[in-house]
Amino acid sequence: MDVFGSFALLLAFVCALYALVGGIAAILTRHPLLIKSARQAGMAACSLIFLATFSVVYLFVADNFSMAYVASHSNRDLATFFKVVALWSGQEGSLLFWCFLMSIYIFSVLIAYRNKHGELMPYVGTILAGVQLFFLTISNFVASPFKALAIANASGGLDYYMRADGSGLNPVLQYPEMIIHPPNLYSGYTGFTIPFAFALAALLGRYPGEKWIHLTRKWTMIAWCFQTVGILLGAHWAYAVLGWGGYWGWDPVENASFLPWLTGTAFLHSVMMQEKRGMMKVWNVWLVFITFMLCILGTLLTRSGVVSSVHAFAQSNIGSWFVGFLTVVMAICLFAYLKNRDYLKSENQLDSMVSRESSFLFNNLVLLVACIAILSGTLFPVFSEWFTGSRISVGAPFFNKVNIPLGLLLLFLTGVGPLLAWRKTSGESLRRNFLWPIIIGIAGGVVAVILGARDFYAIVCFLLSTFVAATIAVEYYRGATVIRARSGLNWLSSAMELTLRNTRRYGGYIVHFGMVMIFVGLAGQAFNKEVQKEIGIGGTVKIGPYELLLQALDQKQEKNYVAERMIVEVMKDHKPVMILFPERRNFPTNQESGTMVAIYSTLREDLYVVYAGVNQGSEVPTIHVFLNPLVKWVWYGGIVVVMGTIVALVTPRHAVLVLSGSPALSGSKVPATAPGFTTAVPSTATLREGHD
Amino acid sequence: MKKQAKFGIGIGIILVSMASLAWLGYGESKTYYHTIAEIETLRGTAAAHRMRVGGTVQPGSIHRASGKTEFVLLGEGKSLSVSYTGNDPLPDSFIDNSQALIEGRMGSDGRFVAEHVQAKCASKYEAAPGEAPKPSNSTGRS
Repeated sequence: MDVFGSFALLLAFVCALYALVGGIAAILTRHPLLIKSARQAGMAACSLIFLATFSVVYLFVADNFSMAYVASHSNRDLATFFKVVALWSGQEGSLLFWCFLMSIYIFSVLIAYRNKHGELMPYVGTILAGVQLFFLTISNFVASPFKALAIANASGGLDYYMRADGSGLNPVLQYPEMIIHPPNLYSGYTGFTIPFAFALAALLGRYPGEKWIHLTRKWTMIAWCFQTVGILLGAHWAYAVLGWGGYWGWDPVENASFLPWLTGTAFLHSVMMQEKRGMMKVWNVWLVFITFMLCILGTLLTRSGVVSSVHAFAQSNIGSWFVGFLTVVMAICLFAYLKNRDYLKSENQLDSMVSRESSFLFNNLVLLVACIAILSGTLFPVFSEWFTGSRISVGAPFFNKVNIPLGLLLLFLTGVGPLLAWRKTSGESLRRNFLWPIIIGIAGGVVAVILGARDFYAIVCFLLSTFVAATIAVEYYRGATVIRARSGLNWLSSAMELTLRNTRRYGGYIVHFGMVMIFVGLAGQAFNKEVQKEIGIGGTVKIGPYELLLQALDQKQEKNYVAERMIVEVMKDHKPVMILFPERRNFPTNQESGTMVAIYSTLREDLYVVYAGVNQGSEVPTIHVFLNPLVKWVWYGGIVVVMGTIVALVTPRHAVLVLSGSPALSGSKVPATAPGFTTAVPSTATLREGHD
Repeated sequence: MKKQAKFGIGIGIILVSMASLAWLGYGESKTYYHTIAEIETLRGTAAAHRMRVGGTVQPGSIHRASGKTEFVLLGEGKSLSVSYTGNDPLPDSFIDNSQALIEGRMGSDGRFVAEHVQAKCASKYEAAPGEAPKPSNSTGRS
């Protein structure tokens, strides 16, 4: 299986190389057979990557410890599903897995558009093959997961050998989130390859119109959704496993995943300016270029150890490959832009400060400034070493000082933007749309103060959150009233109907509402409490309304580890509430240990209990207790964001406002041949929408 | 042109206020990376900076007392005595011979006072005793 897999990977490299070179030739000659063969080579490369990936999984499941990668990331006693996910627990496997997920996207694109967009697709296929080729180079020649263990023999040659058992999977990775966090994040990272390829293709080929935006909207949203889920799962994993009581520490690797999310979010918003008003064309193209480059940079930061991180991956030479690739991508983007920039002329100008356009502009500005601040903070050690010779890093205060106000500004725009009209908003419309939300928002702020909020940013956050939630509620109320009057349905059905009629708009509102919930959860941090104490059996700790009693300590032997457990009774107002079992797990295979945090979670607050170990001097166990209000809102908010994104991806029930470029509709209602139609119809349709 | 100026002012306000906040945050949290050997050579204000230092934990040097943990960090043939005074429990991977990254300041008595300690286990990829010796090299088999 190892020979099979590594051969498949090598063959995939050859196919991708052909898809790239053949693709370039196809673009130059326009020969239909060449176009077809390049596309098929691209699809073959993807299929071969699938095979190679499956064979690595097979090697793990079969406990083949003659393979270096398997031997260092698995052991016999590991549960089978962890053996499968061990694929992405280290450098080589992660990179192959990256390539695997990217190939799923590429394969889908190549097959979905195989007979469409004949002008654009050869460019797209060639660009995708180029990206794929880079990762295949890495997986084949730099960090191959198919390396076999070998040892020097007496005659100076090498003998293969097989280890009796592997070193085991890093204990912090043996947690359910680790099964789904990396695939989500990588699906996000790799998904942005598709809009990147289309944008670059449209620019290189001077493909007319906004078609690349319509074509990639769904792909971008899918990638964005995966990225969001991936980031939140990573945060949840850090929260539930690392045991420091928080979920976001501005760690370089966390930041790396957040950067493309910021520019991706900016892109999702600013493309609307181009769709509706023909503006921001240069900006959009560069946003998607930058998003893709940040995805590559994220992989670089995660994998190379350029910036030291709790993720503690080994230093490796892989960094220079990524830097080289980034340089090439940047050069190609710059070349394409400089060569064809005249094609990106804006059709309109900003009319008013109080308009939808201006809210998008500020939204983009805020997201970009946040992105630049986080990027420079993350790379500060690298840059300071270049310029001053000493390596200087910045910590959480730097990131928080900049990003909290920016986040609140963004939250404000989330409420205001969707209700402003395109071009210019009248005073009357402002009053009608915002009077109630402002009153409700202020009430929310006052309630927060009454409930004990003293932190300035937290109060502002609660105020703005209620304000934004109110704007969304008002929008729903108004739309549902109209439908109810016409159809006689009840409120709930009317709201459903409303959502299904304009999925894009109301899906967007649902996403915004999810973001509001996340902000509420983040503001909860202002009230965090923690206690750390050495307690014997029968000892108690008090935190907030809770009292914790250590009843006993016990040990249990599992297949792969030994768990030491605290049995902690939780009492609230002297009444027993529940029993928690914070654990420490010792993994004999690799002599490592990990914590299992016990969390009693409600919408109001999380009681977060860590067994912090035994004091080696006094032999007394230490308990570390955190009381973290509103954390659950972050996770639930994430679920709402996903639901909203799914709604926005659904084709609306009445296709009036849908863009003609979306695959489900092209050719049916709209004569796809009519030039200029794509931009004209949606702009009028949604202009009316916006004034509503 | 007037509209453009308005936008310019709005954007300018955001940028300037963010830049000043960033500067404040930078001053509050900047930390210098140094090697153990470099610390001896630091003079004046440079020695008072917040620092981040990496090294290997000297075997047998970890002494835990109430409220602090003392240990010795080795690197480039030099050693550094460290007192850890932070609230968080030391990571599980913090053991003899582990790679540790400490953050804090030099104390007046020549001991480094660490507020944060990160550690990773150095032995992970080495073969356990009694097994086949650690492979000197890996090679492709395709």
